[in-house]
Amino acid sequence: MNETTLEVPYEIPVDAHNPVEPFLRMDRMPHIWCPGCGIGTTVNCFTRALLDSKADLDKVAIVSGIGCTGRVAGYASLDSFHTTHGRAIPFATGLKLANPELQVVVYSGDGDLFAIGGNHFIHAARRNMDLKVICVNNLTYAMTGGQTAPTTPSHVISATSPYGVFEPAFNLVALAEAAGASYVARWTTYHVKQLARSMEEVLKKKGFCFIEVLSPCPTLYQRRNKMGDGLDTMKFYKQASKVRHGAPTSECALTKSGEIVVGKFVDRDRPGYFELLNAQMTETLGERYAEPEVVCGNC
Amino acid sequence: MAKGFVSITVERCKGCGFCVEFCPTHVLALSSAYNSKGYHAPHIVSAEKCSGCDLCGMYCPDFAIFGARYAR
Repeated sequence: MNETTLEVPYEIPVDAHNPVEPFLRMDRMPHIWCPGCGIGTTVNCFTRALLDSKADLDKVAIVSGIGCTGRVAGYASLDSFHTTHGRAIPFATGLKLANPELQVVVYSGDGDLFAIGGNHFIHAARRNMDLKVICVNNLTYAMTGGQTAPTTPSHVISATSPYGVFEPAFNLVALAEAAGASYVARWTTYHVKQLARSMEEVLKKKGFCFIEVLSPCPTLYQRRNKMGDGLDTMKFYKQASKVRHGAPTSECALTKSGEIVVGKFVDRDRPGYFELLNAQMTETLGERYAEPEVVCGNC
Repeated sequence: MAKGFVSITVERCKGCGFCVEFCPTHVLALSSAYNSKGYHAPHIVSAEKCSGCDLCGMYCPDFAIFGARYAR
């Protein structure tokens, strides 16, 4: 019995349990994420979205790349796949093509998805592959020591930019929209309810969906830039963020301390990869074409 | 009587303070006691105010706290 149960001034029902626990490998806890890191918060939102969308958990697969956020695949008690660096989307594409019944969620960080894996991201979005991409953006390469990432805003101090970053950063939501994503949203770890709702929408939507989640990185990003700890960043998100659904994504670039535009920017329907494949092949081959059969053992 | 309750797993807490800051009814405060890893976990200061909204559970990055409503 731990000390809390002794201290609690009222009764806790015996069958009460944390709603996250059925979705996690609790034997792996505590996790490796730093105090004040927001990745765990995004995992909470994701599990609430899975609960609310009543998804069949046997048909949900999580694919992660390398990085702090890449650890989510290891902690999720679903079919999960921890892939090589940057290649989460190609692995997920293969998974989806081999078994189209699967709901494939790519859960990875900004360094993994947009630096080494940037090429794969734009092509999966172009093809409108039915993947749900959740990108936890902490604006740096956190696991390797806080180097400048393609998402690091100007004037930020990082391990490889001790005098400040001068390269322009990617605007991930604009990139996703331009590449052809069906659904594009941005939230921060402060907006837990909105993020959970957005994730639930994405689980029900067809096509390539992209959610960017801004998350604090107190150990490497905030510390070098004297931005305080995780809680200070959460307060900053609360004060600096502005919900603007449907805002033009080109106006939503992130800066070091400026306004953070959040919301659902794009929600459109484009023909998916399978529809286009079947349409084209039926047109050219006619009766000689048969839709690919799914053969995958007992699934 | 409180509408809900919170349950805290002290040993899993890393003391980030998200739950204390964002609890809409200010049920929690960071304790001065340490857990075995040396972090200050939250404790309950006004249990009767808890609405069981589980916002603390949604914010907690360490899965160390959750709230729920009492079954009526």
